[in-house]
Amino acid sequence: MLQAIGVASPSVSFSDHYNKFSVSSIRSFPVIRSDSRLISVSGSVHGSFKPKKVIAKATATQTESSASAASKPGHELLLFEALREGLEEEMDRDPRVCVFGEDVGHYGGSYKVTKGLAEKYGDLRVLDTPIAENSFTGMGVGAAMTGLRPVIEGMNMGFLLLAFNQISDNCGMLHYTSGGQFTIPTVIRGPGGVGRQLGAEHSQRLESYFQSIPGIQLVACSTVYNAKGLMKAAIRSENPVVLFEHVLLYNLKERIPDEEYVLSLEEAEMVRPGEHITILTYSRMRYHVMQAAKTLVNKGYDPEVIDIRSLKPFDLYTIGNSVKKTHRVLIVEECMRTGGIGASLTAAINENFHDYLDAPIVCLSSQDVPTPYAGTLEEWTVVQPAQIVAAVEQLCLIHISSYTHSLAFPTMTSSSNWRRKLFDLSMKYSVQTRLLVLNFYVKKRKNLGCLRVSEAENLGSSWKVGHYEKFLDRVDVGRDRRISDESWLEVECY
Amino acid sequence: MACSATAQIIQPLSINSARSVDNSDACAKILNPSSFLVSTPRINKKLFSVNKSISPFARRSATVFAVSSDVVKEKKLKSNSSLSNLLITKEEGLELYEDMYLGRAFEDMCAQMYYRGKMFGFVHLYNGQEAVSTGFIKLLKKEDCVVSTYRDHVHSLSKGVPAREVMGELFGKTTGCCRGQGGSMHMFSKEHNVLGGFAFIGEGIPVATGAAFTSKYKREVLKEDCDEVTLAFFGDGTCNNGQFFECLNMAALWKLPIVFVVENNLWAIGMSHLRATSDPQIWKKGPAFGMPGVHVDGMDVLKVREVAKEAIGRARRGEGPTLVECETYRFRGHSLADPDELRDPAEKAHYATRDPITALKKYMAENKLAAEAELKVIEKKIDELVEDAVEFADKSPVPARSQLLENVFADPRGFGIGPDGKYRCEDPKFTQGTAHV
Repeated sequence: MLQAIGVASPSVSFSDHYNKFSVSSIRSFPVIRSDSRLISVSGSVHGSFKPKKVIAKATATQTESSASAASKPGHELLLFEALREGLEEEMDRDPRVCVFGEDVGHYGGSYKVTKGLAEKYGDLRVLDTPIAENSFTGMGVGAAMTGLRPVIEGMNMGFLLLAFNQISDNCGMLHYTSGGQFTIPTVIRGPGGVGRQLGAEHSQRLESYFQSIPGIQLVACSTVYNAKGLMKAAIRSENPVVLFEHVLLYNLKERIPDEEYVLSLEEAEMVRPGEHITILTYSRMRYHVMQAAKTLVNKGYDPEVIDIRSLKPFDLYTIGNSVKKTHRVLIVEECMRTGGIGASLTAAINENFHDYLDAPIVCLSSQDVPTPYAGTLEEWTVVQPAQIVAAVEQLCLIHISSYTHSLAFPTMTSSSNWRRKLFDLSMKYSVQTRLLVLNFYVKKRKNLGCLRVSEAENLGSSWKVGHYEKFLDRVDVGRDRRISDESWLEVECY
Repeated sequence: MACSATAQIIQPLSINSARSVDNSDACAKILNPSSFLVSTPRINKKLFSVNKSISPFARRSATVFAVSSDVVKEKKLKSNSSLSNLLITKEEGLELYEDMYLGRAFEDMCAQMYYRGKMFGFVHLYNGQEAVSTGFIKLLKKEDCVVSTYRDHVHSLSKGVPAREVMGELFGKTTGCCRGQGGSMHMFSKEHNVLGGFAFIGEGIPVATGAAFTSKYKREVLKEDCDEVTLAFFGDGTCNNGQFFECLNMAALWKLPIVFVVENNLWAIGMSHLRATSDPQIWKKGPAFGMPGVHVDGMDVLKVREVAKEAIGRARRGEGPTLVECETYRFRGHSLADPDELRDPAEKAHYATRDPITALKKYMAENKLAAEAELKVIEKKIDELVEDAVEFADKSPVPARSQLLENVFADPRGFGIGPDGKYRCEDPKFTQGTAHV
């Protein structure tokens, strides 16, 4: 459950201001944008508000690359075909690339990712193995140590639990324990995630189990474009890479460029830029998030959606820039609640960007439940778009409680200079509103070091210096205490 | 099979004593190169005598008939005086002696150093099993690969890793073969193709299978001239592990150039092989997967060498894998932390009389291959080498903090992009080992 951001009731000195002032008179909720554009909205006090302006573009553009993709028509294909194309291009390019897996050869792969490759490259390069995951993964490690570049397919990611010994000890650690003598350039790939009523054991999300293993990289592909790019990058990488695909995404169709491209294994993908909240997601949940984004945009929110793609290591640069911009984070993942990718990501963001957060990070994950067979139950174990919409709405509110009421204010965004925060509290808003909001920030931002107060020009003297004296008592007043004629209230944090 | 059905608790004593002529005939048949592919074990039905006693330490009338390569013994008996019929030349004999003595001296020095506090953790010594390592590895080329377990010091030494590097690794110094990052149980050498050193048993067998696969791949897909062979060494305890069976299957299926060498020293820490295994004859598990299974006396380096020649030759010719069970014994405990109280002292004493080094010495003396003095020279040389290795390791520097993050990833970009937009490996603190990754 989301926590309401509680602010202690205003102190007694303000209550007289406050009591004059009934709930019903609050009509407008300022939505303050960091570029000082104001969207003035009206609505009732208890939560919802309807914007006058609707942001036109709800969903992100499909192609992630720059305009060059738009100039060339490219070709359309399905995700599993894109994976195959990537694999085939790499096998053509380097004769040491080979594929091990169950039914990858003659059968063409249980999801047809390796269809046709055995006819083209032979049975030894596209090796049909017996059902011995631990051993053929180990075989892949041994082959990698002696010069080959195997791509090991787990028919379902869950089967790789049987190969955990080899993946953890040998793939992950051998480069280190051999003092850097041997490299293990393997790619371990396979479909995972919750499918359509596949049952508990075929619906596992192993990214959380693998993430602690030192020495491996985890990537998750989500679109046709990044599937091919990540497959190629993983094969070319000298590190062992685990590439997570999703069972339900294999039939996605998209147009991708004709020319060769390789994506970075460590970077995240900006799906939809926005201002209000950062939504971090990966794999199939990207589509649930985008569906929720449509709804949110119609409601007036502007979410920024990032597909993190690299599950280990996290791209803290892209994520950090986003957090610094929006100050609110929602993580939507299909992993389990306990110890999942979201849990790690929450910890990483808290550690690195705590000062930029205006609200606790919310993480929506699957329930800690073995995925049931029944369709209705299965739906409830996984995060659905409606839940995402509700979570965003909750996160974008601040609750300020008083003695008698709780008032809700939309979020205040601020410019992202991390040492100064500017709040645009222009004369449109009543003094009480401004004071309450300021009160909130004083309480929350304990490092509020200085208060610079200014008066509006030409707008009368509603702003009284005296109003702020109580604040000045509470904060550590620095040398910059002065009053000028500007219409901005600047609050400086030291 | 009748014999396995009657086998109960068996005390592996007095192997040599009750060997009958029929047995050796059967063995000779098995060892015949042409019959390698058809190794139906025709063993004397009295292979295991029933021992009604429950106590595993009972020593009464329990004998094990081993299928061993008595061909060697026969050959020797026939031509005692003629040098040309001997199994080894003088040079080979000296080489074998030197290698085994190096193994023994090195391991003894390890024990000393451990008790003096120069090395820590789990150290597993190979005393008594030198014949297996020397017998097999001395037949390999430099490009051939060796995969071992945690008892890997002597395998590395036999393969050619300098004693200095192995000792440095044991001391945890940066001059060790793995820069001090592996330790006793993880000896790797790219130059000498030692693929480890694995702490979990059975973990190395798939890696060895993969190395053999590469050899076949190079030959058939990359069309290179490659006849590299891989040897996988492991113990009796591993033969009950799934990875062993999975790899036997795959190796036989694809005819990989690999030899699976079982160093059956009858004990897995404190678990007797006979208490852990339904059918203790490990060599029989080879034919079940379609490869020949051979049992050999692992305390006799010459017998091991003969079998190894055949098995490695098979693999090089592309005829597929072989399973070789070497019956051997470790004179010390499982590791230096093992008090070794469980094993019967009489058993230990028995095997002590079959010390491979003294056996080879005796053989060479009897056949006038080398004089006592020559062997003494070698021993002295080896002793000095080991002393030098200890001194070198002692003087070597410990790893600096900067080494901490270096080899985690082959491509250090794998540590990701930090909050400032640069790769973490570009952070200057990374090279100091203090970066936040």
